[in-house]
Amino acid sequence: MNDQLLRILPETILTITGVLIMLVEPMIPKSASRKSMGWLAILGTLIALFVSLSQVSAPAGTAYYGLVQTDAFSGFFHVLIASIVLVTLLVTLDAVTDTTENLGELFALTVFGAVGSMLMTSAQELLLVFIGLEISSISSYILVGFRKHTAKGPESALKYFLLGSFATAFFLYGTALVFGATGTTQIVAIAHHLGASTTPMLATLGLGMLLIGLGFKVSAAPFQVWTPDAYEAAPSPIVGMISTAPKAAAFAVLLRILYVAFPTMHANWVPLIWIMAALSMTLGNLAALRQQNVKRMLAYSAIANAGYLLVAFTSLSADGIAAASFYSVTYAAMNVGIFAIISHVGGYEDRLTLISDYRGLGYRSPLLGGAMAFFLISLIGIPFTGGFFGKFYVFSAAIHSGMVWLAIIGLLNSGVAVFYYLRLLAAVYAKPQENTPMQSMPRVQYSLLAAIFLTVLATLGLGIFPGSVLGAARAAALTLQLEPVPSVATTAQVPVTQ
Amino acid sequence: MLNDNILSLITFLPALGAILIVLLPRTGKLIQWTALIISLLTLLLTLHLPAHYSYGRTGFQFVENTPWIASPKIRYHLGVDGISMWLVVLTGFLAPLGVLASWSAIETRTKEFYFFFLLQQTAMLGVFVSLDIFLYYGFWELSLVPMAITIAMFGRTRGPQAAIKFFLYTFIPSALFLVAILYLYGLTGTFDFVELQSALSTGAVAITPHALWWVALAFLFAFAVKVPVFPLHGWLADVFSEAPTAMAMVVAGKLGLYSILRFNLGLFPAESRQFAPCMIALAVIGILYGALGALVQRDLKRLLSFATLSALSFCILGIFNFTIAGLDGAVYQTINEGLIGGALLILAGILYERYGTYELSAYGGAAAKLPVMVVLFIIATLALVGLPILNGFVGEFLILSSSFATHPAWGALATLGVILSAAYMLTMIQKIFYGKQSALVANRAVPDVISREYFALWPMAILMLVMGVASPYWFRAIETGIAGLVNHEPPAETRRLPLNKPLHPASAATQARPAVEGQ
Repeated sequence: MNDQLLRILPETILTITGVLIMLVEPMIPKSASRKSMGWLAILGTLIALFVSLSQVSAPAGTAYYGLVQTDAFSGFFHVLIASIVLVTLLVTLDAVTDTTENLGELFALTVFGAVGSMLMTSAQELLLVFIGLEISSISSYILVGFRKHTAKGPESALKYFLLGSFATAFFLYGTALVFGATGTTQIVAIAHHLGASTTPMLATLGLGMLLIGLGFKVSAAPFQVWTPDAYEAAPSPIVGMISTAPKAAAFAVLLRILYVAFPTMHANWVPLIWIMAALSMTLGNLAALRQQNVKRMLAYSAIANAGYLLVAFTSLSADGIAAASFYSVTYAAMNVGIFAIISHVGGYEDRLTLISDYRGLGYRSPLLGGAMAFFLISLIGIPFTGGFFGKFYVFSAAIHSGMVWLAIIGLLNSGVAVFYYLRLLAAVYAKPQENTPMQSMPRVQYSLLAAIFLTVLATLGLGIFPGSVLGAARAAALTLQLEPVPSVATTAQVPVTQ
Repeated sequence: MLNDNILSLITFLPALGAILIVLLPRTGKLIQWTALIISLLTLLLTLHLPAHYSYGRTGFQFVENTPWIASPKIRYHLGVDGISMWLVVLTGFLAPLGVLASWSAIETRTKEFYFFFLLQQTAMLGVFVSLDIFLYYGFWELSLVPMAITIAMFGRTRGPQAAIKFFLYTFIPSALFLVAILYLYGLTGTFDFVELQSALSTGAVAITPHALWWVALAFLFAFAVKVPVFPLHGWLADVFSEAPTAMAMVVAGKLGLYSILRFNLGLFPAESRQFAPCMIALAVIGILYGALGALVQRDLKRLLSFATLSALSFCILGIFNFTIAGLDGAVYQTINEGLIGGALLILAGILYERYGTYELSAYGGAAAKLPVMVVLFIIATLALVGLPILNGFVGEFLILSSSFATHPAWGALATLGVILSAAYMLTMIQKIFYGKQSALVANRAVPDVISREYFALWPMAILMLVMGVASPYWFRAIETGIAGLVNHEPPAETRRLPLNKPLHPASAATQARPAVEGQ
């Protein structure tokens, strides 16, 4: 096989899968179940996952004139995104019924979204990042408004779309400004053109705009306003994905841009990230305290978690990058897991939305209740769960590089967060009331069991033996820092390796 | 070789039992029996420690030390000294009693209860045996979870609120504690207690006194909430009234007190001395506030929570006197408090099972109906108020005599607390068991202490007596532990402070024990 094609093989496989679903689905008779399309998507994702795994250990290299590069870093995020999509598909299969509308498109869009996210993590070119960002965003916009018959769905999707387009426009404008300042949109080349001593106004402005575009995508404050509405409106299995996969991709891009393209300008961007992190943690947690709706609460928690993750960005070290990558994995494990349970309990149509609706879940279904409690404990950050090590590495990286105050803000925030997670946990284990809406909960299917098993296993495994994932994250971090930072802006054209 | 893995075995046996319980069917009393057998086995294993402990030397024994996580450098480092060994045994001793106390009190959702109960045992044992601060922190935080969940699940009326209150109270200081741990790690590159201790005491760590002061304060704050120390006791009364007996027995006291001894005194002796005046004042306020609070309570469980606050404040007073006698007494009193408080809570729980209320006003004249129970109640009460020949006397005597030597005024005030404790405890006995028979007691036919409860209560009562008479047996180990702590004092300027001035350990011991044996 063509060597270049190998570098985008996971994306290619997923694209083919998506297209196949679109082609086959219209041929299925109207009355027949379309769940088989879900299995087709799972098959494609599984293959993509294995290919991504092989990319992690394969020697790094670029393709298509340096547009994409596969290395330990991109491989790490590819595996993460493929795993998220895999579990999401399993959860979706459990949540939907045979009569759910547009099921084929739902699966296809999920897979296409993954293509965009994956492309972002291996892109070496700001324009390709932009294309990946758009692919992943557009699929998210549609998926958020996927339940067209609800009042909230289309409205939130439109809101999300308008704000999102605005943010991606910022990203594009930032790219243009960076191009103006450096004459290139190649991430590696930008660093070569930026002198350590001179920081042109134009580049600073461009970097700021890139930050806005990506800040929106990761729902970091002050660009977070879309999050609660979008999460509330979107079908729950999809929320599990859009709160993790595109975000992980955006964080990866942010890491690449900040550490590879703009390491010399860290004096400019570290304060910005510091403020974004502190704001996101504080706003997210404080707003989550007041929520009665579970999905909105978790939306604000997602904002707070984006803040924790940004803390790691300020450390300017391989440890910090590894901590950020590790955190994306742990957050994905527990968040996809908790949304798996929410999708089952609430169903595709969100029958149950309020915290009080979850009263007695632990008795109604010990399995779901226990798993939910476990994920909440991990989100709180109790040791021996992945959530703890995620926070631990992030804050230890921050403290190590002298960001003690940011760490204190963050850990106090994690104390505030305990309150709302515990409210849900207390509801799950409170004595059930008679005639709760939960009586009509459907039977747990094997696909959901598999999803819960995988996410619990991942969360627990990350909490007891974080070593292997951390090792991979560290290897990923080192690939980013391999690029030596030149001190003068005299290098002309950077040779494109093929 | 059993000695090489005994601590891991002790720590994780309850957790294995918890997993076993998940797999068992919910038929009959199978789950209760499994929990009982597991906790008895744990107790048996903990008894291996005092049997094979070499009493002559200080330092940690039964050590296990293997790498766990490569980066950051975290080791699986376990070990006990004379202080923690007895706390491990105490935990092992209270576990089967907790199962017996829950036997009929917890009838629904037994699987959940005993799962969390056994998990709690693992967490507590882990706290006592961990010598890697990271590992320690893991168990420390883990101990919150089963406690909070069982309070939420089995609380009487306001379980979830009490659980959240408890969790928040303890979690937020722990977050600052984590910052302090990470900060120390950043400076020293190790989480290992022994390495940190030697690094800090030799001054090999590049840390400003100011920063070290804040680190020590973060440690102390987290532990003080858990003890609890006045004014951080807000969660205690709610947790006592809501938590199931078996969990309330272990929620306060030993974890926090042990941690103060191990980490604050072990790592930051100079800073601890700076905190001492403040802590002594808080301890005395806590003694008096708890006693006065207990005097006016109308609810038995809330009364016990204030009594506990008062009793635990004695331990704080003993610790921050910085005399060897005081420290010995504090450790002994920590064990006593676990025992006596546990017994009183079990008794209160038994009363509740009989009559369905903790309201003191509902009781009266129950002695005629419950002749055995009243004896047990009185033994526990007298142990709490410090009657000679019972265990409470030894600890209180050591603490108070050392405070009189160092801080006479505070010592005098603290002694008032002893008098008050007799007042509220005996009033409680009087209200429940004597006087005119209340309608509730008169109209309800209830059995006296039944055989299962005998098994829970008599060992405690006997142990109170034995620990009162044969205290040197326990002090052999405790003194080596305290000596190990004190040996790590930095030699320079702290010598001027009152460590060597007042009481010599030997004289304290000889003062205390003949008085006991003379009875």
